[in-house]
Amino acid sequence: MYTKKVMQHFRKPHNYGKIRKPDGIGKVGNIVCGDVMWLYIKVGKDKKGEEILEDVKFETFGCVAAIATSSVVTNLARGKTLNEATDINKNEVVKHLGGLPPIKIHCSILAADALAEAIYNYLSKNKRPISTKLQKRHKRLEQERMIIEEKYKDWTKEP
Amino acid sequence: MLNKIYLDYAAATPIDPEVIKAMTPYFREGFGNSASLHSFGQEAKEVLEESRSIIATALAARPKEIIFTSSATESNNLAIKGLLLANREKSGHIITSLIEHDCVLNSIKWLEQMGIRHFAASKIPVDKYGLINPGDIEKAIRKDTVLVSIIHANNEIGTIQPIREIGKICHKKGVYFHTDAAQSFGKIPINVNSMNIDLLTASSHKMYGPKGVACLFVRKGIKIEPLFHGGGHEAGLRSSTTNTPAIVGFAKAVEICHREMEKESKRQTKLRDKLIKGVLTEIDGSYLNGHPQKRLPNNANFRFEFVEGESIVMRLDAFGIAASTASACSSPKLEPSHVLLAIGLKPQEAHGSLRLSLGKWTKEKDIDYVLKVLPQIIKKLRDISPFKH
Repeated sequence: MYTKKVMQHFRKPHNYGKIRKPDGIGKVGNIVCGDVMWLYIKVGKDKKGEEILEDVKFETFGCVAAIATSSVVTNLARGKTLNEATDINKNEVVKHLGGLPPIKIHCSILAADALAEAIYNYLSKNKRPISTKLQKRHKRLEQERMIIEEKYKDWTKEP
Repeated sequence: MLNKIYLDYAAATPIDPEVIKAMTPYFREGFGNSASLHSFGQEAKEVLEESRSIIATALAARPKEIIFTSSATESNNLAIKGLLLANREKSGHIITSLIEHDCVLNSIKWLEQMGIRHFAASKIPVDKYGLINPGDIEKAIRKDTVLVSIIHANNEIGTIQPIREIGKICHKKGVYFHTDAAQSFGKIPINVNSMNIDLLTASSHKMYGPKGVACLFVRKGIKIEPLFHGGGHEAGLRSSTTNTPAIVGFAKAVEICHREMEKESKRQTKLRDKLIKGVLTEIDGSYLNGHPQKRLPNNANFRFEFVEGESIVMRLDAFGIAASTASACSSPKLEPSHVLLAIGLKPQEAHGSLRLSLGKWTKEKDIDYVLKVLPQIIKKLRDISPFKH
């Protein structure tokens, strides 16, 4: 069912866990299956002084494909400029995994969305200009996030 | 080489070597068509009737009341569609539960879609253990109720229903009673008379017999319509050339399971309870799905907070342990199991379900190994999960 590459990322996921004091957090969830991804970014600067993703980490509640796509998307995003990272799409994630079963494609969309949301979060916190495309995307994802947060509120309460 | 531990006996079982031995002659020497007049055919016919008789005896039924089919799915389809179609001129109300196998629920859905005259269905809820209250069935029986169909032991959570009481109510009210015993036959005693059963589904491959064979018990005098029309095999109720080797294997499996039932049931119950106790004490945020006692000797079903079932199954697989889940991620429709929702779980709780089903080749050291590995797996997945304690 899953490719070798998917299983490698699932067994030994890269970049999982929290980032302390992240510059941006993306929280997304799939309202159908119930999988949840939280993605954290730390923004730094490259030699030319352009902003890049210095560190990217994830936390995922979900299936093999959800964990593997999270792992891949953090790999792909590291070192990229904010614009480059925003453009990472599901096809790129799927390609890096050597394919996904059709029913699991939505996991790769979720992973790319988590990254875009983290970048949106960073830009909006710092009152930076945000493209219309990213704004639209955020609007849609925010609605879904509210449904998901309601669903999981028992699990997110502070002890 | 990794030592593999199979804990998915509720999905499929390996064939008992004794069963294979019994089947083998009927592939080459005794290959005849049981409908043929010559000696080849007559030999097949003879062994077919012997097999029928063995299975009938195990159920306390008469041989003529056993119809061989290809699967429990077919038997359930035949029982429900066959009985409702045979009664279509008079009445057509059926009562079932929210925790039936898909083949029962989808047979009912099909009858609804076909617009069969008078057809209507009621689904009885269950409590948090998956138990049906027989009183709810009594209340649901209407004047036009033809059939009550209730699963004997649930395939996911293993809960055993009070079949005898339900059957008694049905008979008091003059309604036929069907039970899907695919998971229970061969594991716990069944007597169609003392348990007031009119139709019963049993399957071979859940009890160390071959796949592709099952049966339906239909009490004498009850009319059902066949689903297959052809040469009139199985008293006209199931046309198709008889699958002699598989039927012989099924009968042998029934014989062995009943011979070993008492001993195996005790042994597996002990292992099951060790597993349940171990998991619940070793792993925080773990819960048992189903009833603590009224469950199949070989079924354990858990849920774990903050992690997802497919991930658990695939990590167990990497350790050589075969198990199963009813998480939404593992379903073709991405929906949580209707059984887990019916016992009151929220979709996210159903997400972390894990079924471990034992069998006669499960050893204590297998359970010990699971108890060693599973806590690490859950911990690792919780490390990855955004939800934590």
